[in-house]
Amino acid sequence: MEHLELFFKSIFIDNMVFSVFLGMCSYLAVSKKVATAVGLGAAVIFVLAITVPLNWLLDQYLLQPGALSWLGAEYADYDLSFLSFIMFIATIATMVQLVEIVVEKFSPSLYNSLGIFLPLIAVNCAILGGSLFMQSREIETLGLALNYGISSGIGWFLAILAIAAIREKIRYSNVPAPLRGLGITFIITGLMGIGFLSFGGMLTGGEEETKEEKTVEVIKTETEKDKELANNTKIVK
Amino acid sequence: MGLLSKKDTKLITDPLADNNPITIQVLGICSALAITAELKASLVMGIAVLFVLGVGNVVISLMRNIIPSKIRIIVQLIVVATLVIIVDQVLKAYQYELSKTLAVFVGLIITNCIIMGRFEAFALGNGPWKSFLDGIGNALGYAVILLIVGFFRELLGSGTLFGVPVLGDPIEKTGVYSIGYENNGFMLMPPMALIVVGLIIWVQRSRNKALIED
Repeated sequence: MEHLELFFKSIFIDNMVFSVFLGMCSYLAVSKKVATAVGLGAAVIFVLAITVPLNWLLDQYLLQPGALSWLGAEYADYDLSFLSFIMFIATIATMVQLVEIVVEKFSPSLYNSLGIFLPLIAVNCAILGGSLFMQSREIETLGLALNYGISSGIGWFLAILAIAAIREKIRYSNVPAPLRGLGITFIITGLMGIGFLSFGGMLTGGEEETKEEKTVEVIKTETEKDKELANNTKIVK
Repeated sequence: MGLLSKKDTKLITDPLADNNPITIQVLGICSALAITAELKASLVMGIAVLFVLGVGNVVISLMRNIIPSKIRIIVQLIVVATLVIIVDQVLKAYQYELSKTLAVFVGLIITNCIIMGRFEAFALGNGPWKSFLDGIGNALGYAVILLIVGFFRELLGSGTLFGVPVLGDPIEKTGVYSIGYENNGFMLMPPMALIVVGLIIWVQRSRNKALIED
């Protein structure tokens, strides 16, 4: 149950792109075609699934206050958490390099499809963000950390897939010239983010009153979005 | 401007408008949006990036001839991570409340694409003084967008600037609230940051037709 809850929560409610804007740079740069977007999305899931559990182990047995107590009682009050940025990013950079070498050796076809995206990923904020959120949300077990890595990767994958599909279609619409390209992508992402806000009430069971107001606004904007979509399809036809 | 030649001045002023890192080069969006619900957080984030980018550019530029090109990404990451740890520790010591709001986004300066982008594109090929100016310029361009977004989101979302109420008191119904104005709480939601940046891009590209994409 705990796993299921975390799984859906990290895909929909705490979606990497729509609620915390992680990995926006590659999200905007690589979303012009669905095929490349799928490649990058798969690579992100893959790398997150490896680095989050690994950094969880580092955090648990090396960095947290008191984490060094397995070395002996005199190390119990060491607090190395200020080192976490540098440890996490070093782990990520080396893991990405290692994964690249291993994949190239054992699965050339996968390497060709992920290919150029793998080295890019070392500097993708979504990857480091995954590890930092894992640390700040105090995820308890290794299994949950793995789950968190995979599911937030899937969330990112969904987001980039959706925006790539929309951008392929929007080429046929009559967007105002100054908004073309980057501008409209920002606004669409914003609208999608508003749509994703509606998942916010999913796991709270609707106890909080404030949630209700939010959903009303969301429904409004969604009908507006439907109208826009309808207009777009008309133009396409 | 005795200190700066014309070319040097251009390094600073270019990123402020026509070559802005956020709206034109599309770098560093990740951390730019999540923390702009308050003006103060935007300002601190801007200063943090200014420090990291300015110093980092100089360090990388000084080391540019001794870094083997194969491992340069890791070297760059270590330099940035060290600088960001300094920023994080200073924030925790002097602005504890704020460092709680910024939370993981200070750490995410490490993977801020502006920083890696400027290291790769400029600091690896230019001298320290030029790199310093380039770093300052780009960080200022980044901070300007952050401040604009933060200004509108805080003003329209909670009616304050830097936490000081400027539109009157919403509970006592003074100021503009007396004529029925309401705060738009939706501006504080994360997706609105994207839409505000989208509108900034719209304004900028309408003023400068050369920037329009096909």
